[in-house]
Amino acid sequence: MSIAEIQQDTEFLAEERESHVNDFAFMVATKNGSGSQTSNSVLVRSLFHMGIPVNGKNLFPSNIKGLPTWYTIRVSSEGYIARRDTTEIAIAMNELTAAEDIADLPEGGVVILPQEWKWGRTRDDIIWYEIPVKETIRQFKIPSARREQVGNMVYVGVVSWLFEIPLDQVHRALSDQFRGKAGPVNMNYEVIETAWEWARDNLVKQDPYRFAPMNLTEGKILITGNEAAALGAIFGGVTFASWYPITPSTSLIDALLGYRHLRKDPENEKDTVAVIQAEDEIAAIGMVVGAGWAGARALTSTSGPGISLMSEFAGLAYIAEIPVVIWDITRMGPSTGLPTRTSQGDILFTSFLGHGDSQQVVLLPRDPAECFEFGWKSFDLADSLQTPVFVLSDLDIGMNNWMSEPFEYPDRPINRGKTLDKIGLEEFFAEKGEWYRYRDYDRDGIAWRTLPGTDHPRAAYFTRGTGHNDKGEYSERSDDWVENMERLRRKFETARTLVPAPAIETSPELRIGIVSYGSNDPAVQEARDRLRADGVDTSYLRIRALPLKPEVITFIEQHERVYVVENNFDGQMTSLIRIDMPQDNSHVESLALGDGLPMTPRFVYESILNMEQGQNAQERTY
Amino acid sequence: MPRNARTNALGLSRNDYRGGKSTLCPGCGHDSISNQIIRIAYELGLEQHNVIKMSGIGCSSKTPAYFLGRAHAFNAIHGRMPSVVTGATTVNNELVAMGVSGDGDTGSIGLGQYKHLLRRNVPMVYIIENNGVYGLTKGQFSATADEGQFLKYYGDNDLPSIDLALEAIVSNCTFVGRSFSGDPGQVQALLKASIAHKGTAVLDIVSPCVTFNNAPDSTKSYPYGREHEIPLHDIDLLAPDFVEEREEIMIEDYEAGQIIDVPMHDGTIVRLKKTDRDYDPRQRVQAIQLLEEARMDNLLLTGLLYYEEPRMTLAESENLSDRPLTQLPDNMLRPPREALDKLMQSMT
Ligand SMILES: Cc1ncc(C[n+]2csc(CCOP(=O)(O)OP(=O)(O)O)c2C)c(N)n1
Ligand code: SF4
Ligand SMILES: [Mg+2]
Repeated sequence: MSIAEIQQDTEFLAEERESHVNDFAFMVATKNGSGSQTSNSVLVRSLFHMGIPVNGKNLFPSNIKGLPTWYTIRVSSEGYIARRDTTEIAIAMNELTAAEDIADLPEGGVVILPQEWKWGRTRDDIIWYEIPVKETIRQFKIPSARREQVGNMVYVGVVSWLFEIPLDQVHRALSDQFRGKAGPVNMNYEVIETAWEWARDNLVKQDPYRFAPMNLTEGKILITGNEAAALGAIFGGVTFASWYPITPSTSLIDALLGYRHLRKDPENEKDTVAVIQAEDEIAAIGMVVGAGWAGARALTSTSGPGISLMSEFAGLAYIAEIPVVIWDITRMGPSTGLPTRTSQGDILFTSFLGHGDSQQVVLLPRDPAECFEFGWKSFDLADSLQTPVFVLSDLDIGMNNWMSEPFEYPDRPINRGKTLDKIGLEEFFAEKGEWYRYRDYDRDGIAWRTLPGTDHPRAAYFTRGTGHNDKGEYSERSDDWVENMERLRRKFETARTLVPAPAIETSPELRIGIVSYGSNDPAVQEARDRLRADGVDTSYLRIRALPLKPEVITFIEQHERVYVVENNFDGQMTSLIRIDMPQDNSHVESLALGDGLPMTPRFVYESILNMEQGQNAQERTY
Repeated sequence: MPRNARTNALGLSRNDYRGGKSTLCPGCGHDSISNQIIRIAYELGLEQHNVIKMSGIGCSSKTPAYFLGRAHAFNAIHGRMPSVVTGATTVNNELVAMGVSGDGDTGSIGLGQYKHLLRRNVPMVYIIENNGVYGLTKGQFSATADEGQFLKYYGDNDLPSIDLALEAIVSNCTFVGRSFSGDPGQVQALLKASIAHKGTAVLDIVSPCVTFNNAPDSTKSYPYGREHEIPLHDIDLLAPDFVEEREEIMIEDYEAGQIIDVPMHDGTIVRLKKTDRDYDPRQRVQAIQLLEEARMDNLLLTGLLYYEEPRMTLAESENLSDRPLTQLPDNMLRPPREALDKLMQSMT
């Protein structure tokens, strides 16, 4: 098949693939704050319990109440969980956006909307279901505060009948959602059942879409990246966290508080994980730096604006060599930007965070499972390297529910790095006759540290962000400065050997290589399958950390053309790659989306096809 | 305490409490304060390995390098020492934190962190070496400079000054002292008392910058301080084991009502002996009134300005384990495999 032929077939719609069972997407349009998050979660969980691979992506506004919000749910019998940018079904519950929501539907699409709007049928190429939302709710005595939220259960009932979600699965999902509390479960279920019955008695099924039970989610879990990150931190020995509220990182700390009970002191039932809400992000990281210096496993969690505020402390922690873990659940910047939309736009800034010559260690999780893994690993790395470790997740991973394998227990014991306690220090002196805080005894750039409180007359050292020699003494001498910077470079090279390796799948052709990272993974995977089906074979390397491992450079060198797929506007990873391979990088092309929404397979697929044809990459907006 | 003995209870000499050689201008008030810290630490027999010396940036913030050379130190960034101390003391409640800051470090860039540290009652001694100027950046006005003051390079200061002791009181700090680095005896007494306090103890010490702000008309100068300092009381420290013996002597010298005994958390008693005015530092409104009077009349009133029964420290109000979190064994840092399995099971 030629590229030109492939070009004809760029639609990802179920229609084109003639599969109407477990292979479509639908969108729920509501008003923010109306409690639709609950009903949408119930739908996602029901489908998950049916064994159907499913994703749910919340595209919400920066607003507490009133502004339009969309939720897209995609099911895929092939197990694809990337976001689809087109949906076959619209549940239009927001009159303000309904016109557009309906206009966006493809031919043969389905719209479900409230009867009471008395909306004329504006298209005759789609299927219309009008449902009695207000009337159904009126039959129940629902406290006014709950009315709107419960009202959303009407569409859950109708969807269940129309597309065949068994009611027992819905009930189970409701139970999950309300943690088994009978009151809310029953109240919501009654509404669902009534709506379901109304649909059975009044609607005539006209569309071909439906769900059918599968067994593809068995043993899997449904969880957000932020919950996973918090859990990872709990199993990584976090003892201190400080934060300042910011979307989309807040739920990480909320989860940490929720899991804190796993780490109670058995002797007194008190907490061993301090969680302090700071007055701003400067204080948050300041506390974390103080705690890390004192020997805690300390983390902070933030997003772009917070990262900006943290830069001075990041530089201090870098030069004073203090282990800290900083989660950036990235949202779209610059500035306040799109505060509730996803992005990978902090990677360049973060990897050099701090003024002067600083280079930071960055981990790039792709999903909740890796958030868990990096949740504990980040502490071992920070302690081993005595440096800040940044974990760059994003809003899509952090706040959306992802289908995931259950998390794996850490495969190695806790590693506190080169820390000398009283006895260690005595032995060190016995062996070396000296101990200086920043002397590179092992030639790996990492020196030995002591902690405050170490009962030894020579344990103390002076920590500072100012120039110092390897004894930790204040120094403005150029040779001392340069020597220290050279050691820090050596340390960075050691970091390169310690950070997680990329995931690589090489096609024997070695023609087209795709490089990507983080939450783009499902989109890249799906696009590659599509490309392969069209006869275009690709290799794929997923970067999992900075500094870049040598494997990344080798992979790029091996391939004729390399596409770097990322979700920011400027192609920031491409820039980082070019820094690390200044020669022979003319075959590296940036495919950067950066429109605030999770990466789509279509963007990757079409961009690569277009580029292969010598055309420009896909337009960004859909 | 044996005054002239060569070693203290720990068998250490005063030299063992010194730090590196100061690089400040000769005569700088900050050096005098460092000397008092050395002295009281020696006298109290402080265990240096448990002390952390914390600071921000400024001439004042450099001083931790010049005292207690066997204590860990952290010279952080400008105005942010409070957050660093908060982290360190929360994870290790055995540390004795001594922070040194300047009026710029605390009163301008760090004012927010200062107030929040006080609100949290982070256990530490917070020394402000207050000279009314930015020493290290060469003599700009700070926020504590006198209203109407004239400085050679920067002209007139038309803005009212911030009183960092008053800020502490209104931020619910439970121990607030003011002193003058030209009054070493009082500085020592307040330092000792503040170390015995549980929670944040603020010492706002006028510490003249001899290079940029030492003209006699500046309230932050040596000449002004020497002439105008009004101690609110004489302060005596009765260490827990000396109480009985000392009490007898004191009672003889002072009439009833002229002595206020303030018991500290560790059993130390801070005895305040009346001077000219009747002043009870345990009355918040009175303290605020006093500072208002000082402001109106440019008075340098020194001593224990405010004291209150300490409330819970941050670690206590967070219900944290009593043992230092930095010393937890690995099996308390990582729940067992079964805990994860169980959780995963519940999610499938
Ligand atoms: C973020 C930042 N801004 C500015 C400075 C420059 N700076 C260093 S010390 C200082 C003022 C120090 O004044 P103060 O705290 O009163 O200390 P002093 O030198 O008077 O003892 C300033 C502005 C800095 N180090 N960091
Ligand atoms: S400039 Fe002022 S504050 Fe700084 S060392 Fe000299 S006298 Fe002290
Ligand atoms: Mg000053």
